[in-house]
Formats: sequence, C-alpha cells, structure tokens
Amino acid sequence: MARFLIRRTLQGLFVLWLMTVTVFLIFFIGPGPASVARTLAGRQATPAQVAAVSHRLLLDQPVYVQYQHFIWLLLHGNLGYDYYHSQPVTSIIAAAFPITLSLLIGASILWLTIGVLTGILSAVKTRSVYDRTSTALALLFYSMPTFVLGFLLILGLYYEFAIHGINVFPAPGTWVPFSQNPAQWARALILPWITLALVSAATYTRLTRGSMLDVFGEDYIRTARSKGMSERRVIFKHNLRASLTPVVTQFGLDVGTLIGGAIITESVFNLPGLGYTAVQAIGQQDLPVVIGVVIVASAGVVIANVVVDIFYGVLDPRVRLN
Amino acid sequence: MTYNYSDLETVGELPAEPVLAAPEAEAAKKIEGHSPWRLAMDRLRRDRAAMIALGVIIIVLVAIFAPVFAVITGHGVYEQFRGPAPPIGLTPTGQPVGPTSAFLLGTDDQGRDIMVRIAYGARVSLFVGVVATGITVGIGLVVGLAAGFFGGIVDSVLARLMDWLLAIPFLLFAISLASVVLVHPIGPIGPGLPVVIIVLGVLTWATVGRLVRGQVLSIREKEYIEAARALGAGPWRIMFIDILPNLLAQLIVYATLLIPLTIVAEASLSFLGVGIPAPTADWGQMISAASSIYLYGPWWYLLFPSLALLITTLAFNIFGDSVRDAFDPRGDLFV
Repeated sequence: MARFLIRRTLQGLFVLWLMTVTVFLIFFIGPGPASVARTLAGRQATPAQVAAVSHRLLLDQPVYVQYQHFIWLLLHGNLGYDYYHSQPVTSIIAAAFPITLSLLIGASILWLTIGVLTGILSAVKTRSVYDRTSTALALLFYSMPTFVLGFLLILGLYYEFAIHGINVFPAPGTWVPFSQNPAQWARALILPWITLALVSAATYTRLTRGSMLDVFGEDYIRTARSKGMSERRVIFKHNLRASLTPVVTQFGLDVGTLIGGAIITESVFNLPGLGYTAVQAIGQQDLPVVIGVVIVASAGVVIANVVVDIFYGVLDPRVRLN
Repeated sequence: MTYNYSDLETVGELPAEPVLAAPEAEAAKKIEGHSPWRLAMDRLRRDRAAMIALGVIIIVLVAIFAPVFAVITGHGVYEQFRGPAPPIGLTPTGQPVGPTSAFLLGTDDQGRDIMVRIAYGARVSLFVGVVATGITVGIGLVVGLAAGFFGGIVDSVLARLMDWLLAIPFLLFAISLASVVLVHPIGPIGPGLPVVIIVLGVLTWATVGRLVRGQVLSIREKEYIEAARALGAGPWRIMFIDILPNLLAQLIVYATLLIPLTIVAEASLSFLGVGIPAPTADWGQMISAASSIYLYGPWWYLLFPSLALLITTLAFNIFGDSVRDAFDPRGDLFV
C-alpha cells in the first residue's frame, strides 16, 4: 500500500511537471508575451515603454529562465503574480475555489442521488413503464450540452418568473458565501446545481442500471435468492455493493475533472469560480493565473485517480493494489 | 418409394425427403450466411429507435445542402435584413425580430435569418464531428495497436503518454491551445475549423488508444495469432490482417458514440469564443451571441440553435446506442 502510494505520487508529480512545461511552451510559442506587454503598456505606449513593461514582468527573458523563476517561486509555495493587477495567484485561486467547491458539492450530491436511485429502480423493474421513461430521460439529459440546459433553465425558471415579478431564483451571477448566509448561498446555486447534476446524473443512471443487471445474472445472486434471502437484501446487500464499483470510478473521475472548475456551468451562470477565472485569464493571456488553475485542475484529476484505485480495494475485496 | 425414369435424371438434385428437408436446408443456409456484420445489420434494421434516429440524421444531413434553405427563403446566410425594403429583420430600435412568416425562426442581432444560419451551422457541426472523431479513432487505433502488439519499451512509452493525455484537464487545454492560434496561426493551423479539428482530434485519442491496447493484449495471445506467426506472417500482417478486423466492431460502436461528444465539444469551444469565429454560422457561436441579449427578449435567438444542437446530439446518441446493441450480443440488456 505504501509503495503503491509513493509510486502513484511520483507519477502524479511528473504529470504535473509536464503540464506546467506544456502550458509554458504554449504561451511562448503563441502571442502571449508580446500581447500582454502591449495591452499593459496601453494604446499610446512607445516601443520603449512596451519593452520596459516586458522587462518588469521578466517577459523579455528566455523561456528557460522564466521557467526556472517559476519553479523557484513554486518551491517556496508561491504561484507568482498575475500580469495585470500583480495579485498573488494563490489568493486569486483561494477566492475562486470556494465557488467551484460549493457548486461541485451540491451538484455531486444531487447527481449521485438521482443517478443511483433511478438506476436501481430501473434495474429492479426492468422493462416497466418506469424503466422506459427513466432510460429515455437519461438519454435526453446525456445528450444535453451543459450550456443548452443551463440557458433553458435560466429562460424557463428565472426569466419567465422574473418578468412577472416573481423572484424565485436570483439573477445569474449572484454569489453569496456560505459563511454569510447559507440559505441565500443555496438559493443562488440551485439552478447551477440542477444544471450540472442533471447533465451528469444520466451517466450514473445508465451505469448503475447496466451494472446491476449484469450482477443479477451472477451465480451468487441466485444462491442468495435460493437461500430464501429477501429481495430487498439481495438488491442492497449483495447486488448494489458489487455494482457500485464502476459508479465509484466514474464519480471519482468526474469530481476530479470538475475540481479544476466547471468551465461551462460557471460561464453560463457567471459564477467566478476556477473555470470562469481560467477562461478570463486565457482570454487575456495571463500566464501565471492559467498555470495556477491548470495545476489545481491536473492535481484534481491525478488525486481522484489514486483515490478511486484505493477505493476499489475497499469496495471489492477481490482487487489487490500493487 | 419408387422413382420413374424421369425422376432418376434429376435425382442428384432432389433431396431425399423434399417436404421435411426444405426448412432444415433453409435453416442451415441461414446460419451459414450470417456473418457478425450481417447479424448486426439485421438487428439494426429491426430496431425501431435506430430507424427513427437514422431518419433524424438524414434530416441533419440534408442540412449539408443548406444552400437549398437559402434559395427557398431567398435569404443569404450572411445577408442582413436592416430594411427599409421588406422583409425587415430588425426593429426600428435595432432589435431582432421574432418568428414571422418571413423569418420562420426569427432573426438574430444582425438581422440575419436564424433558420438559414442553423442550416449552415449544421454543416460545421457535422463536419467537425465526423472528421475530428475520425482523427481521434485513427490515432488511437494506430497507437493502441503498436503499444499492445510490440509491448516492451514501446508499450511503456505509449502507455505513459496515454496516461498523461488522460490526466489533462481537457477543456482548459483545448481553450488555451485554440486561443493562442486565434491570434497567432501556427503554420497552416489557422483559427476556426483547422484548430478546432486538430485540438479535438489530438487531445482525445488516449481513450481509444487504451481501449485498443487492452483488446490487442488479449487477442495477441489467441491461437490463431500463433498460427499466423507459425505460417510466417510478419508483424504488420498480423497487426492489420489478423488483429485489426477483430477490433473493428468495437471501434465502430465507439466512434458512433464519440461523434455527439465531439459535436458538443466543438459547440462548447465556439460558445467560449475560441472555436469557429464570426461571421461563419455555427451553433455554439450563435448560442454564445444570443446569451448576451436573450434576457432582453429575443428568446428565439437562444432557443432554436440550442434545440438544433440538442436534437442532433440526441439523434446521434440514439443511433449510437442502437449500433452498440446491434453489435453487442447481450445488447438487449441495455437501453
């Protein structure tokens, strides 16, 4: 177990390192350094002024010098400063992260509950009207692009009510910290939660259903039934536990991916989380911020993979880590 | 039973017991004639949902002939109907016009016909969906085959590469890459279609590669591969003649299900402003443009491109599901 963790951590660090190198290269191959200096210096700037700005931000140095500088700061726990406001990247990320996390926690609870419950019901009542409806709905939401669902929800649930003076949901872009007012926090996040949850839940419905139907065909389920075990126990104690393995994998990977920001959902609802911050930073070629978000996002994926592998062993005793 | 003379002449062709043997012979012929492909095609043809989805896909394919829409309505894809001659596509205050008999799906913020633009947008979506998926599956297939078949150092390197690609936060990277090219083309890779196709094709093949590698690892231990090797077949022959055909069914299923995902990814890139640039008609870009004004009234500008995108992905997904059911022997267990 310890060896497994050490090996995976080293691999993860290697992936993170490769990621930072790639982002650096993309930035320097592209128009990044020149456009940042020119934007900052302003419209009227002389070439000398542009060069001075470029020099202040170290943008006139060769790539490897800048990379060394970046790594040196990183080893001291500093992600650098953004080009436009000289804010520490760590504090930009610290401000955006709670928003992404709030979105993710609410949405993941919703999608896991909806997905697994509908999946179980579908598998237990195969080919019933309920099963057909739920698989059809799963297919619909699985096909639904996130921004389409988000805008449809805003259009139907916010706009139509708001023009008639009923403010059930606050305007998109509202963000209230949890510590300030939990009720308002939840109210502002309901539509983004529903959007992210419905789009994701479909995958879980299909996974749970398929995997439970597979397990129902196993010998040990027949044994359990012939022992006279109640159907409820067969479903929840014997079948569900084995069926959850693919669900857990999917959940780990989804959460890992979204830790770095639910880019589309945040953009649709104007929530200034990590994804939104990243899109803005990419638009301005603000390298330090982009690298900061990429590091968080990649670390999320890497850590999620390790956690999923460890969880495998807990859920399914037949799996051995090596 | 006796035969007269005339019977004897044809006895070679006659079955001994014609009445009883006929269904048997037919059954034997049926089993003999059904390759896995034929079985899959038959199952696909019997699947009503698949036929419906195929119908919708054909409708979308018709949109490839989008100029027909332009000719019938008489509205060009870039034509702005700012008046004063009718039809007028912008209100006196410069707002889009809702669905009318002149503009069935309304106009956009530039006074252009949304229906014609949706038809043209279908071309971009389908083109990117099919071509980028093709690239993804192609690269994944070649890399997966090489990794699985050669093993050793080749496999280690390629498997690491795939792990690395899978750990990439996809959308974040796609936006970074595409945004760079938007300002500063790299060689022939300019903004718009080329960069979108390359980003979507090149960043997503690792999943296919891993799938193929796993299959190859198990297939290469089979006896018929050993037989091929014993007969003196070289590595290329074994890879492409003996192993590849066994992967095709799975690859086709995967590719069909990948197309809608690619279409959504393209629309997402355009929605975030780094995909297909204006004024080319594109669904993601139309939704993005609509998103800044729809709360002031023109809901049709947001709704119709969204529905077009949704119907397309839904049709491809239903079709992909049916294709999978047709190829998967346990198919009827699933959706």
